[in-house]
Amino acid sequence: MTKLTLSRALNEGLRKAMERDPKVLIMGEDVGKLGGVFRVTDGLQKDFGEARVVDTPLAESGIVGTAIGLALRGYRPVCEIQFDGFVFPAFDQITSQLAKMRYRSKGNVTLPVVVRIPFGGGIGAVEHHSESPEALFIHTGGLRVVACSDPVDAYAMIQQSIMSDDPVIFFEPKRRYWERAEVDTAGGLAEALPLDKAKVVVGGTDVTVLCYGPMVKTCLAAAAAAGEEGRSLEVIDLRSLSPLDTETIFESVQRTGRCVVAHEAPVTGGLGAEIAARVTEACFYQLEAPVLRVGGFSTPYPPSRLEEHYLPDLDRVLDAVDRTFAY
Amino acid sequence: MTVNDAGRAASADPLRLGGQPESAEFIQLLTPEGERVEHPDYPLEISAEEVRSLYRDLVLIRRIDYEAIALQRQGELGIWASLLGQEAAQVGSGRALEPKDMAFPTYREHGVAWCRGLDPTKLLELFRGVSHGGWDPKEHGLHLYTIVIGSQTLHATGYAMGIQRDGAVGEDGEAVIVYFGDGATSQGDVNEAFIWASVTNAPVVFFCQNNQWAISEPLERQSRVPLYLRAHGFGFPGVRVDGNDVLACLAVTRKAMQAAREGQGPTLIEAFTYRMGAHTTTDDPTRYRLAAELETWKLKDPIERVKAYLVRNQLADEKFFADLEAESDEVGARIRKACREMPDPDPMTIFENVYTEPNALLESERDQYAAYLDSFEEVTR
Repeated sequence: MTKLTLSRALNEGLRKAMERDPKVLIMGEDVGKLGGVFRVTDGLQKDFGEARVVDTPLAESGIVGTAIGLALRGYRPVCEIQFDGFVFPAFDQITSQLAKMRYRSKGNVTLPVVVRIPFGGGIGAVEHHSESPEALFIHTGGLRVVACSDPVDAYAMIQQSIMSDDPVIFFEPKRRYWERAEVDTAGGLAEALPLDKAKVVVGGTDVTVLCYGPMVKTCLAAAAAAGEEGRSLEVIDLRSLSPLDTETIFESVQRTGRCVVAHEAPVTGGLGAEIAARVTEACFYQLEAPVLRVGGFSTPYPPSRLEEHYLPDLDRVLDAVDRTFAY
Repeated sequence: MTVNDAGRAASADPLRLGGQPESAEFIQLLTPEGERVEHPDYPLEISAEEVRSLYRDLVLIRRIDYEAIALQRQGELGIWASLLGQEAAQVGSGRALEPKDMAFPTYREHGVAWCRGLDPTKLLELFRGVSHGGWDPKEHGLHLYTIVIGSQTLHATGYAMGIQRDGAVGEDGEAVIVYFGDGATSQGDVNEAFIWASVTNAPVVFFCQNNQWAISEPLERQSRVPLYLRAHGFGFPGVRVDGNDVLACLAVTRKAMQAAREGQGPTLIEAFTYRMGAHTTTDDPTRYRLAAELETWKLKDPIERVKAYLVRNQLADEKFFADLEAESDEVGARIRKACREMPDPDPMTIFENVYTEPNALLESERDQYAAYLDSFEEVTR
């Protein structure tokens, strides 16, 4: 076991994947000598060479478009998009090409491309550096969309994503890059939860709190605070945002009768809306209250001096929990 | 050939992509030693007063930049993108513009913003996280800073197409200038802007500050030919100017803007310069570039050469330099104070200006959040 930051855990996971399979490539802006702006690819170009860790021209559509071509040729590219707000130039390649190739070819073509995106706010950044665009990808059939929340999952999930023959949009919780945890980098992935399974992080009986990425830590803190007041929250890290592990979600909500979904992304048209609809349908008779959502406002991401208002914090999660008891 | 060989072949290109161009390979009117040279295509009649005024802008914007870096270090700004080394490219081109012209900047054009009369504290607001810019582009002929790389080249081209439709092309017409960097030339948007401007003959000048580095990536990662040569393939002229020579940047931009306003269409200007500092205050260039390169460029400083020219030709006396230093101190003190005193915005402004008219959903989100905030105040009381 080694104590690693989330950023370092991703780095170790990438290294393992590159050692395991010579077809794995890393491509993106500043991923080489610099090691990426968050140092996730630190040292990999030095060890694996410029042909496998590619500093690309500054063009995101080109990064994903050429990754598709490399995948057609048998490679497994891992693309780094530098910040969430810069994925949009590549949006066409991701949604119109990457997501649909398998379907169009009746399964003859698989595109094992991973697109890594640091997402979310809370780092005091300027515009386009704090966004949570996951719903746009969840809405697109053919993409797996996952989000890691801690170093242990980061290490395993990046490797599982690279091994997946489906394209994976891999969201990394930017403001948690420096969080540390013990990670077992010696063992294999046999013990790791499958990529498409949600994880019950803390068991509870009163309310199911669903979250992912940076909000997991927030919701765990909320569960601890609620526990002091005698309320038992079950916190589930969704991990796979598409496809959703509805089995784990429904089992929990049918037990607790209350459900709160928390994400940084705007609630309007967000993943919380999708979950609310599905939970309502599957757990209608067990529900004691409507499914409540906690998330960003239906506005652009504000200037960073206001982001603490925009980002759901422990109090806003607890406020929603309280409201589920008011029905 | 391995993947790596391609990069090396490009560096050895006789067009000297990655090396230092000889003066014959770019337009220069003032050498790094401060010697005035003539160029047949760019005659420049300029008074001593004008040169002193350019020098003043160079000195003041470098001071503002210096203060902003310090304010970031002190935690007053979230981040700052320094223009150090690019003062001449920005002041030379910025001063070539007419008030009615429109400029579209990236996030590093503090020198252009200065020339357009924007209060530098507006820039500090953005980098402090108090606003996303927030100024009125019409007021200063300066569009908002654009952070997504290259997007603004299309906006500038579209704006220029509007000028054509308004019949505002002509000898006294309007023109547009758009700024971007060497890295941006790889973006699809920039190449599409070149195409649009070319086929519509739009009155737009593409001003590329080639500062040699896109964060950690040297120009070789973006291009195998000097950037100004790209224009020819799109069907309009491209010129390379010494980006550390304020006089050359002024003359070349003025000519290109005049051509645009008269209906002769776009020009690509490659201002060959160097990013002397980090990409932003969060970047560490020692990880990817050699200190020796920086030393070479220090000898080509855009400000020192103007000072040498003024002194050698006795166009400015000691009092001028002393007064400017005092003014620079005043500007520095003013923006430090303004930055430190800048209040955080009201949280309810999050909900403003999302749409032109109020809508029920957003109003209910706002009201709920206001009530939520009030509930804490009640507890505190």
